[in-house]
Amino acid sequence: MNEYQYWANDAEEAAFPMDRRRFLKTSGTGIFLFFKIRDISFITQEGPGRVLPQTLPSDFNAYLKIGEDGRVACYTGKIEMGQGIVTSLAQMLADELDVHIDNVDMVMGDTDLCPWDRGTFGSLSTRAFGPSLRTAAAEARRVLIDMASERLKVPAKDLATEGGAVFDRTDTKTRTSYAALAKGKKIERHLTDPVVVKKPSEFKIMSKPLTRRDARDKVTGKAQYAGDIQLPGMLYAKILRPPAHGAKLIEADTAEAEKVKGARVIRDGELVAVLHKYPDVAQSALSKIKAKFGTPPPTPLSAVDDRTIYDHLLKAAPAGKVVASGGDLTAGEKESGSVLEQTYFNAYVAHAPMEPHTAVVKIEGKHATVWASTQAPFGAREEVAKELGFPVGDVRVITPFVGGGFGGKTAHGQVVEAARLARLSGAPVQVAWTRKEEFFYDTFRPAAVVKIRSGITGSGSISFWDYSVYFAGERGAPLFYDIPHHRTTAYNSSWVGAEGAHPFATGAWRAPGNNSNSFARESHIDIMAAKAGIDPVEFRLRHLSDAKMKRVLQTAAEKFGWKPAKSPSGRGLGVALGIDAGTYVATIAGVEVNKGTGEVRVKRVLAVQDMGLVVNPAGAAIQMEGCITMGLGYALREGLHFKGGEMSDLNFGTYEIPRFSWLPKIETHILDDENSPPQGGGEPAIVTMGAVIANAIYDAVGARLFELPMIPDRVKEAMHKG
Amino acid sequence: MEETLRFKLNGKPTTVTVDSDRLLLWVLRTDLGLTGTKYGCGESFCGACTVIVDGEAVRSCQTPVKEVRDKEVVTIEGLAGESALHPVQKAFMEHDALQCGYCTPGMIMNAYSFLRKHPKPSVAEIVEGMEDDLCRCGAHNRIIRAIQAAATEMHGGH
Repeated sequence: MNEYQYWANDAEEAAFPMDRRRFLKTSGTGIFLFFKIRDISFITQEGPGRVLPQTLPSDFNAYLKIGEDGRVACYTGKIEMGQGIVTSLAQMLADELDVHIDNVDMVMGDTDLCPWDRGTFGSLSTRAFGPSLRTAAAEARRVLIDMASERLKVPAKDLATEGGAVFDRTDTKTRTSYAALAKGKKIERHLTDPVVVKKPSEFKIMSKPLTRRDARDKVTGKAQYAGDIQLPGMLYAKILRPPAHGAKLIEADTAEAEKVKGARVIRDGELVAVLHKYPDVAQSALSKIKAKFGTPPPTPLSAVDDRTIYDHLLKAAPAGKVVASGGDLTAGEKESGSVLEQTYFNAYVAHAPMEPHTAVVKIEGKHATVWASTQAPFGAREEVAKELGFPVGDVRVITPFVGGGFGGKTAHGQVVEAARLARLSGAPVQVAWTRKEEFFYDTFRPAAVVKIRSGITGSGSISFWDYSVYFAGERGAPLFYDIPHHRTTAYNSSWVGAEGAHPFATGAWRAPGNNSNSFARESHIDIMAAKAGIDPVEFRLRHLSDAKMKRVLQTAAEKFGWKPAKSPSGRGLGVALGIDAGTYVATIAGVEVNKGTGEVRVKRVLAVQDMGLVVNPAGAAIQMEGCITMGLGYALREGLHFKGGEMSDLNFGTYEIPRFSWLPKIETHILDDENSPPQGGGEPAIVTMGAVIANAIYDAVGARLFELPMIPDRVKEAMHKG
Repeated sequence: MEETLRFKLNGKPTTVTVDSDRLLLWVLRTDLGLTGTKYGCGESFCGACTVIVDGEAVRSCQTPVKEVRDKEVVTIEGLAGESALHPVQKAFMEHDALQCGYCTPGMIMNAYSFLRKHPKPSVAEIVEGMEDDLCRCGAHNRIIRAIQAAATEMHGGH
């Protein structure tokens, strides 16, 4: 089997209506190279748990175009939301194809121009898409050399490429540009045979730090987000919302709203909306509607709040599934000198991207055009097609810049709302959620519980490990420590909860599952190290045989200047390890705890990562810094307050996210591992943040925190318990 | 109340006839088509909507448009004036002080106003001056470095 034909079978070929001719028709002349992501195994494991297309593409899901103007474009369904692939993917393409990076265009997230893609999540763009992109670019280069050989009458073996041109090595004046080769041509190639890509030693653009290519547009206000799309005749819609999840509309008196000049009130079943050419006027007209909502019928969920949620979840948990095991737990327990049992909790957390969910939909006859802030434009296309009753091919989704996603924009209810209102009103409609709506309709990181029972022998070795995770998801649960007897059980193994589990929607949140799992695992490892009276770095090293993990930990300890001591040492230093999206992380943090108030101040965070080949070291470092900073939030403050379906935190006044004064000194180090395939960069360094701070707090004051976020009251309470 | 307001916008005399209680953010974005100024929270918590009115950073999501009558408003689109980029914009680019870019216009406008008052700021002063501007991507430390760099450049040459 050819490795690029992973999906190929007749049924899928027939079911997937990918129309190559359509792309070629709209894309003008040039040299086209079609390719697809090689390895789907990542995608099935780490998707957001929704937005599955009817079928997977079997032929290609990205292509390159070398135009007769000499510009090179990559067409991909991936989107740019700040993670920086607009730069790193272009680097790969430019390097393999030997063109200047300024001549590379990334055409992203447009469902008419770009082939199908499942979405941008799971730190997959570089590790899954990147290798395919590089291979395609290398193949395109080979095609160009063949064409040049014919034109220049020079054997291909004597030709080389540089700066968008092919030249004769023996006579460098004999040359032709890619533009000249592409001129007037319509050449279509498919990547089928394995192609040799450049070795790291040959890189000219890859693995070199490069600043963001979209920065200029972003610092001048030119960069367009979905809310910046303004169309002739477009109306802004504001939608009547229930006071609580589950509350049903009984009646709505819209008379006063209808009196507002230029306002249109739309009613369709439970949907009540005001449309106006100005969003603020639509909003004030909406506030004039007198609406009555019924109290939702009592269910076990309607009484639940942010304190009682964990008991509820444990009761609501479905049967467990053993995801990994080895040895014999009973035998392990017999070998134990002490048995340690703890339960860890973490609250619901919001994605809270600075750009709320926004969409514009324009319907013309039997065709709809959509501009959406989404991480999954093709998923959005299917939802809009379904809402409007259109074939998917008659819906085009365009993804402008996305103002942060973090997993939250794999769900896009706003797109469907805009489509529905565009259909009902006959006008182009923009739906831009307010911050309040964003905090109400987010697909939150689920509240989760982890129970760990473990033992250590008299000599300080971990004898057994019995790990149960409820509602976080399995990602990050597998054990990388060497423990002879172990079992990992997942109860509700997805971050999307079973029916009746959560009072509102939950979903994938940056490194889904792994934040909860790493907080529990790394806290518990620390508890055992303290019990054994062994330095927490040393204790971890003793239980690791994975060379990669040992290397990141040893490097972190060395760079930090770690001096062995058993915890609590009073220094306020903590360590935590994690693996996410194929990347290994070791984080060490130093904190100060105010013993009077319980306030925790993180002073220094150092993270070391082994992520294989690094395409843009500057971009990778920024992602690590972003992970560390965002991680401070869920570790120290972020936790949703609610009662039943009623949400208490509806803006940043009560839901606190990290701000300038919280920032520690951040140091990031990426290990040189250029001969290994690239791994994820957007998520790994966030997973250790809960435990590294919890462990540092313990080291500072001897108080152990079992619940996230570690707000001052909890820290004080833990100090009183001692 | 609908009335005609005159003010200077990015250096140009501007007239709008609007309900003068409407908020500056929406008049800028919709009536005047300047979409660089962003909505982030609508309640003055995040700073994405920051613009400069008579030299002061204000949250346009909480500012009725009538308050800028006869005043001078500068938005991200007008910050550089005749030059290609203002030193603050340039410093944000050079320090990769942004990711998704959505908070960036507000950050830059607030930093600009801050630097007018603190030409040689300490890190602590920058933190205090930027504290109420929120960024979810975590570009904070780079933003601080960008503001320091911009201060140096502005002090040297502007």
